[in-house]
This record gives sequence, structure tokens and C-alpha cells, in this order.
Amino acid sequence: MTTFIIRRLLLLPLIVLGVSLIIFSLFQILGPDKLLAAYVNPNVFDKLSLSDLQVLKEKYGLTKPFAERYGIWLWNALKGDLGWSQVGKEPVLKAIISRFPYTLELALYALIPVVGIGIWLGVLAAVKRDKFLDQFIRIFAIVGWSFPDFVFGLLVLMLFYSVLGWFPPGTLSQWAEEIVKSPEFHKITHLVSIDALLNGRLDVFWDALRHIIGPVITLSFLWWAYLLRITRSSMLEVLSKEYVRTARAKGVPEHDVIHKHAQRNAMIPVVTVAGNMVIGLLSGTVIIEVIFNRTGIGRLAADAAVQLDYATVLGTTLFYSIILVLGNLIIDILYAVFDPRVRLG
Amino acid sequence: MNEEKKQSSEFKRTMRKIFRNPSAVLGFVLLIFFIIIAIFAPLIAKPINPMMLDDDGNYMKLDNPYIMPRITWSSEPVPPSAEHPFGMIQGRDIFYGVVWGTRTAFFIGLTVTIISTLFGILIGSISGYYGGWIDEILMRITDVFMSIPFLLAAMVLTTILGNGIDKIMIAMTVFGWMGAARLIRANILQVKEEQFILAARALGVKDYFIIMKHVLPNTIFPVIIQASMRMGSLVITAAGLSFLGLGAPLGYADWGSMLNFTRNWILGSSGSTFSYWYAVFYPGMAMVLFVLAWNLVGDALRDVFDPRLK
Repeated sequence: MTTFIIRRLLLLPLIVLGVSLIIFSLFQILGPDKLLAAYVNPNVFDKLSLSDLQVLKEKYGLTKPFAERYGIWLWNALKGDLGWSQVGKEPVLKAIISRFPYTLELALYALIPVVGIGIWLGVLAAVKRDKFLDQFIRIFAIVGWSFPDFVFGLLVLMLFYSVLGWFPPGTLSQWAEEIVKSPEFHKITHLVSIDALLNGRLDVFWDALRHIIGPVITLSFLWWAYLLRITRSSMLEVLSKEYVRTARAKGVPEHDVIHKHAQRNAMIPVVTVAGNMVIGLLSGTVIIEVIFNRTGIGRLAADAAVQLDYATVLGTTLFYSIILVLGNLIIDILYAVFDPRVRLG
Repeated sequence: MNEEKKQSSEFKRTMRKIFRNPSAVLGFVLLIFFIIIAIFAPLIAKPINPMMLDDDGNYMKLDNPYIMPRITWSSEPVPPSAEHPFGMIQGRDIFYGVVWGTRTAFFIGLTVTIISTLFGILIGSISGYYGGWIDEILMRITDVFMSIPFLLAAMVLTTILGNGIDKIMIAMTVFGWMGAARLIRANILQVKEEQFILAARALGVKDYFIIMKHVLPNTIFPVIIQASMRMGSLVITAAGLSFLGLGAPLGYADWGSMLNFTRNWILGSSGSTFSYWYAVFYPGMAMVLFVLAWNLVGDALRDVFDPRLK
């Protein structure tokens, strides 16, 4: 197990290197002129003469060969300098670190209803196999799975914001934002809602909650389907096993058969799926953050991609790939822990 | 003769199995419905510009029917009427966009699925069949491509390549082949050790021939099923990109771009935005039903051909 973990961790820098090389090469399609635009204020850019452009290109090293430029970027990155983020108006690393808690908070909040209700519905559907409830849950799941996130997000926004006025878009209201930024407000966990509670500001907590419910509803609806289907099929498989029949035969109450004997074993594949989901929530909130106008790493990446701010794109992509690799490693470890039959090698 | 009979009854049995499942039937019906709309798009929504007349006094034909004609100069959404049954947004007829958008969805979905799956099969079969260091290198490259979130990668590449739905398709293909590659490699590793492959090798049959004639036909079904299940999510991603304003040119008949118009109206003005329901509902429903159709068909194929995955 230890050798397995070490081997996978040794692979991590290689993958991150590969990812940075791919993204870096893709940006070369743009050519030096467009790459320069990332460094220069767009209002000034059009007024520059050709010789100015040449000077600037040399200043930022855009005339150097590809390998040399990549080498410079890599060397700086290793020193912790990922460049300046045009979109974030601060160094890339700082922009990522300051926005990550918002995305994490959203993912954590979404996880609670998704896992709780998703598993519950999945088990219910399996127990009531082919009954009306099962059919209903399955239809719900496949329809949910077919909904594009932005369509459902727009519907949620329309209903809960435009019609009912309950859940506004954004991260915080103006007044709450000011309180959070003020020096009296202690940032302990950097998750706004938790910090608000720790600071005893119930009004800020409530405001943060109001803003996060819309995206959470959207994310839950889309991910329930996924978790529910895996839970159902895994549960069905376990319920047909010999030991479940034995348990029933010896007179174990049905409730215990389902929740103690079957459900525990059925949870093994669900762990993998739930892990994939956490990764998906952390990296897949791009569109949700854009629709609901929330601060977060997904929006940072989206804005950077649209404006071709390649320092930020490189930085966020690397960040995502690290999450992905570490997340997959943790899933594999959990899988081995939950299922002693799995040998990691 | 006998062999043929056996095959056709096998086929009939499979079809019966598919059509006994009501959700599969629904999926195929929806899919056929969309195919009909796509084929007859020029009859259902005529590619003419009602704002302009040609020399003979007829409405001017559109140069490119995939660009929705602008029919009023006011951009504000206009509710459904007899003339424009789905309403209008940004001066364009939503009904026209939904109908022609069906063609766009099929075009993007099928092209990306087919090309990326073929590329995946190529990489996967080379990797699985030859093994050794070729396998090691190709699989590490696959790992790297898989470590970049698909939407973000597609977003970056689309922005770099610029406007046009062909750019969306290129971007999604470049980052969309890994699933098929991994699946085919795993299957080939399994099939490779079977007796009939070893026999063919012992007889001196060429590698290329073994892969094409013996290995692929025995491993291709899961890949096809996976591809049909990916159609839905690919169409969602493509629409997501145009929703973000990337790729599709302004006014392109594409469901995602139409929702992009809507987004600005919903976020821009508060209060009465629910009266714009039609601008979300029709393009949104078209997309949901299209993806639903592919998901149901994919599910049905999987249940029939690969019961292990159920």
C-alpha cells in the first residue's frame, strides 16, 4: 500500500509537467502578437506602433524560441511565481488561493444533499424494485442526468430570484461583503458562512446561505441522478447475494437486512462515485459560478480562458490537475480500505 | 443458409428485447423525431429573410441558413405569437433557431463522437496490442490529457482557435478521445490472451490484420455503447461553450447560443424576467429532450449488449 501511494505521488509531478506543456503549447497557436495582448492594457494596445510592439515582445521574451520560454516559465513556477493574473488583478497563485475557499464551500454544501438524498433514493429504488416508486425515481434520475447545468441553473435563477426573490445571484450582498472585508471580521476557516458563525454574525451567515442555496439546488439536482443510479444497481446486485438470503432465512428483520447487511456492502462502488463527484464538484463548478455570478476558482478560470489570460489559465489548469490526481489517489486508497479484496499493487 | 437464418432470428430477438422496454422505445421515438426535424428543417422553418425582398418580390433566400436572420431591430424578447410560435429574442425567431439548431446538435455531436472515438480506438489498440514501452508512453499521455477538466480544456482551445463551430468541434475532439482509448485497451488486453488470437499469431498473420479482423470486432461493442452514451454529454458541453459566448458566431442557429442571449436578459434586468420564460423554455427543452433521447438509447443498448454493466 505504501509503495503504491509513493509510486502514484511520484507520478504527480510528471503529470503536472505534462499538463503545463500541453497548455503552454496550445497558447503558441496564438503567435507572439496575440500573446503580447495578455501583458498590455487593451486601451493602450491599439495605439502602439510596430517598433513599440517589437520592444515589448522582446521585453516579455516572446521572441525567444519555445523551449527557452517554457523553461523560463517552468523555472519561475518552481519558485512559486506563476505570473501576473490580468483577470484577478493579483499574482496567479494568490488569485487561486484567495478564490479556492469559495469553490470549496460551494462543493461542501452541495455534497450534503447530494450524498444524503442520492444514496437514500438509490436504496429506496432498489428495495422497491420495479414498483411505481422505483420507476418514478429512475425517470427522475435519467431526466436529471439529461439536464444541462446551465439550463437548470437559469430555471432556478428565474424561479427563485426573479419570481420569488429568495435567492439572489452573487456571493454576498454589498453590506455583508463590507463586514467580511472589515478588520474586525476574523477569517479562521476562510469559508464565509462558517467564519460568520464563528464571528457570531448570524446576519452575514444568513446572507451567505441565501446566496449559496441556488447553486446548491442546481448542483444537487444534476448529481443526484448519477449517485442514485450507481447506488441502485449496486444495491440490487448485493440484494441478490447468498448471504442476504441467508440473513433473511434465519429471520433477521427486513430493516436490518437492508441497512446493515446489504447497504454496507453496496456502498463500496458508491465510494468511488462519491469521490469522482467531489472532484467533479471542485472542477465542474465553472458554469455554475458563471451563471450565479459567484466568486470562485471556476469563474476565475472561465474569465481567464475567455480573455486569453494565459498565466491564469495555466495556473488554474495546473491546480485542477493536481486536485484530480490527488483525488483519484484518495479514491483508490478508500476503495482498498472499504473492500479488503482489493489489493493495490 | 442456416447460419443466415440464425443470425436474423438473433437480430429479431435483440430488437424485441429493446422494444419491450418502454424507456428505450421513448428514446428511439424521440431520436427519430429529432432526425425528422433535422432532415426537413428547410421545410419546417424556411430559410428566408422576411425583412428583405428579392427582385421578383419574393422573400430573400438566406446565404447561410445556419445564421438566424434578424427580423426585428429591437433586441428585447418578444412573447410567442401566431407568426413566431416560440417568440423572439435578440431580434431573431426562436422557432427558427430551435429547428435549425437540431441540425447543429447532430452535426457537432456525431462528428466529435465519431472522430474522437476512432482516434481513441487507434491509440487504445496500439497501446493494448503492442504493450511494453509503447503502452507505457501512450497511457501516460492519456493520463495527462485526462488530468485537465474537459470543459476547461475545451474552453481554452476554443478561445485560442477563435470563432466558428468547427473550432468547438476540434477542441472537443482533441480532449475527448481518452475514454475510448482506455476502454479499448482494457478489452484488448483481455482478448489478446484468448486461444484464437494466439492461434492466428502462431500461423504468422500480420499484426494489422489480427487487430482489424480478430481483436476489434470482439471489443468494439462496449466502445459503441460508450460513444452513444457520450453523445448527450458532448452536446451539453458544446452548448455550454456557446452559452459562455465561445465558438459559435453571433446569431448561429445553436441552442446554447440562444440561451446565451437569454442569460443577459435574465441577469441584466430584475423583476419581470419570468415573462421571458419562452426564451429559456424552448431552446432548453429541445436540448434536454435531445440529450434524454441519446441517454435512453445508450442505456437500452447497454442493457441488451452488455448486461454486466447494468
